[in-house]
Amino acid sequence: MTEAVSTATGTELPDPDERRGGTGTLRFLAGKIGAGLVSLLLVVVLGFLLFRMIPGDPVTTMTRDRPTSPQQLAELRARLGVDKPMLQQFLDYFGGLLRGDLGTSYIYNRPVADMIGERVWPTILLVGTATVLAVALGLWLGVRAAWRRGSGFDKVQTGVALTLWSVPQFWLGLMLLIATQGLFPSRGMTSPDTPPGFFPELLDVAHHLVLPCVTLLAVIYAQYMLVMRSSLLEEMNADYLTTARAKGLRDDLVRRRHAVPNALLPTVTLVFLQFGLVVSGTVTVEAVFSWPGLGLLTFEALRGPDLPLLQGVFLILAGSVVVMNLFAEVLYRVLDPRVRAS
Amino acid sequence: MRAVRNSWRRRAAALGATALVAAPVLATAPAQAQQPTVLRVALVQSIDHLNPFTASFASTAMIGRISWEFLTLASAEDNLPVPGLAESWTPSADGLTWTFKIRDAKWSDGKPLTARDAAFTFNRMMSDPAAREANGTFVEQFQAVTAPDDRTLTVTLKKPQASMTALDVPIVPEHIWSGVTDMASPETDTVAKVGVGSGPFTITEYQTNQLVKMKANEHYWRGAPKVDELHFVRFDNADAAVNALNNGEVDLINRLTATQFDSLKDKPGITTNKAVGRRYDELLINPGAQNFDRQPIGDGHPALKDVRVRKAIARAIDPATIIDKVLGGYGEAPGGIVPPVFKTYHYEPGPAEKYTFDLAAANAALDQAGYPKGADGVRVGPDGRRLELRLTGHATRDYDQRVVKYLSGWLGEIGIKVIEKLVSDNEVDESTSAGNYDLAISGWGTNPDPDYILAKQTCSVLPATAGSTSSNAFFCDPEYDRLYALQAAETDIPKRAEYAKQAQARYYDQAPSVVLDYKNALEAYRSDKFSSLTKQPVADGALMEQSGYWSFYGAVPAGEDAAAADSGGLPTGAWIAIGAGAVLLVVLIGVGVSRRGKAAGSDDDKE
Repeated sequence: MTEAVSTATGTELPDPDERRGGTGTLRFLAGKIGAGLVSLLLVVVLGFLLFRMIPGDPVTTMTRDRPTSPQQLAELRARLGVDKPMLQQFLDYFGGLLRGDLGTSYIYNRPVADMIGERVWPTILLVGTATVLAVALGLWLGVRAAWRRGSGFDKVQTGVALTLWSVPQFWLGLMLLIATQGLFPSRGMTSPDTPPGFFPELLDVAHHLVLPCVTLLAVIYAQYMLVMRSSLLEEMNADYLTTARAKGLRDDLVRRRHAVPNALLPTVTLVFLQFGLVVSGTVTVEAVFSWPGLGLLTFEALRGPDLPLLQGVFLILAGSVVVMNLFAEVLYRVLDPRVRAS
Repeated sequence: MRAVRNSWRRRAAALGATALVAAPVLATAPAQAQQPTVLRVALVQSIDHLNPFTASFASTAMIGRISWEFLTLASAEDNLPVPGLAESWTPSADGLTWTFKIRDAKWSDGKPLTARDAAFTFNRMMSDPAAREANGTFVEQFQAVTAPDDRTLTVTLKKPQASMTALDVPIVPEHIWSGVTDMASPETDTVAKVGVGSGPFTITEYQTNQLVKMKANEHYWRGAPKVDELHFVRFDNADAAVNALNNGEVDLINRLTATQFDSLKDKPGITTNKAVGRRYDELLINPGAQNFDRQPIGDGHPALKDVRVRKAIARAIDPATIIDKVLGGYGEAPGGIVPPVFKTYHYEPGPAEKYTFDLAAANAALDQAGYPKGADGVRVGPDGRRLELRLTGHATRDYDQRVVKYLSGWLGEIGIKVIEKLVSDNEVDESTSAGNYDLAISGWGTNPDPDYILAKQTCSVLPATAGSTSSNAFFCDPEYDRLYALQAAETDIPKRAEYAKQAQARYYDQAPSVVLDYKNALEAYRSDKFSSLTKQPVADGALMEQSGYWSFYGAVPAGEDAAAADSGGLPTGAWIAIGAGAVLLVVLIGVGVSRRGKAAGSDDDKE
């Protein structure tokens, strides 16, 4: 488990003051937040440079296949600002960022911040629901599989989890879509013709949520299950469990009160670490079901390429990973006294 | 402990049961109301934005064509110009002044539509670069546009322009758009701005790249359409869209692949449409790229400047095989650069001019031209350079991946070694527009008026600076330019068509590119819901992406019986209830299993 955390905290520096109570915690937090900000700055610079290394001219892409004259192309370049020197473009972009302005999408002609703003909630709904269900299912199955390790149940569950984990989300989504034969909508988060009102709209969104959520759930629950299973297995030989059993406690009490809480720690941190990644990992699921979230927006921006939109999405995705890593580290420190002590 | 658990379980069950009962009731109650007839269209291409001055994607151009009427339209019958907002039009003797008689019509908000609206639209495009973004090419030769009275529009030109009866420019209401100062501002995509039109349907709702809703325009001058609403819904996944058509979630879909099309062919309630397409696929053969000042640019192979080599390559290609194997049979045999869907201007080479597939003849021609085969079977030019040609294609396109294999096979047989370069779309664009290619797979969609596609092959569009080209194949030929100019200035259609065909014949003969095929447009619709949709051309044309709005305007809902049968499917709520029931069932089974597991588990541990 410590491996998972250390890989996620590549920027972590040894802090000699960490042992000293309150100040240590503050310093720890300040250090982490500082490192996060540096990462974000790097993301801004790298994002800017990387997306300009993509071959091709956004103006050519936008006007592909329709009558355009060289004057029109030049006017379009001037309007988008892609005719300016690179350094000027970067300064404009960075200045905009400091004012909270992410720029204007080339293709959709709308402020990037607005576009991201309206796509964040669908992604949170989808990823949030899938994560909650995946954690619940994964922990439940993981505990059961570990407690009865080597049994048929364990073998089947581990096998199923590993299989689903390795299945391409894209393929699984399409298969579900075809297999359900129109029971659930093929696209989007809402139907165009839902009658207005809270309940019909709620039902409509729930109806649309089923397939993308199940697809995502099927793929992500496996890691929670496997981590829970292995960390519980590690605990199971511990002396305190033997003691608990020796006291004559019922088996399921030993499991619920003693073994599971101790084995839960790695999984909780994993949830936060994964949450940051899952936001970007929904690209394929959202593309299959045209779910109007951040993943789909990334997909659309890449196809352009729509540079301001790409940069904005990139910043938000990287930002969510940084923030979630920060949460995971803090949480780990809160949950596990051993980390605080060392 | 057990008691607590049981009561929790009972409560959950009660909740589930309530949901099961309540959901269908909740969902079906509003569905009892009178439903408008809705034609739901799946869009498998992006919707960029709706401002008719700047919207550039095919999907939004199509929506713009439905919202705002044009002066003239391409007819559904044969793509030739028919009246739109202009009842009639007369060019002056020198072809420099055009007078359009504007009909007595109304905007969808009830305000009168006059020639001043048209004059405003064109003047805005002429004076504001941002307003030229989408349709600027049409006003390039415009000197002045005036409206002497409400019914008369006068356009004076700098030089004659044959495409005056095919101005693909949506006319917008002055009373809405005169207040717009910044044409690039996002406010121009709001329903307040784009919701007033003069076409058969007007825009009522827009969600960026997700959904466009349109409502029938009761003021439409041809009379209100038979369908109440149009919904354009965006699918990022074409297979999901096909699935949605199968399930009746959408009624019309286009841009199908051959496989998808075949899968829909014999489905009950679905009618497929194989249309003669507006696109052609071509193999670019770099004829020696040059810029506007005739300075060579790029790094094309010198041997390709030799027209004999280009002709030999054209002879070594078998379009029949490409259509059969790569397009699955859904394509037409090639000729000129205006596709056969535009019959008036399409050029079909005669038996004497046609490059018939003949590897032996192609080999003999190259031998004769002074490109002998080396020891390894690869030909060597007079300058000692081997005929090793790069073939650039789009890695993302199935068509390119497959056609490249056939092309390199055939060219190998005539002693030309092909180096396949499948790269990203942007890289293809970049290398072809800079002249950095030998052979490249390309293609174009064309308009009913041939001017644009023909103009793209003239010397005048060669790039001023590298990479800024709008030339299609770096073709620059005085004879072609002469024929192009003749057709551009000719307003008599049969005469103009003759010049357009001669220009294409010249292009075909010089082979700066070889047309490989005209892809069919593959479409399908729910014929159980819509008994007829108008094609353009009526006989064998496409339903979507027309040069007009004929399919949507002409859509006739199927009879009452069919509609009733169709709405007989379970309503959304019922399916949610079933879903909820299924979840409940899974939970109950899960609980059952866990209890059994617990019992078994305890037993195991006791041993």
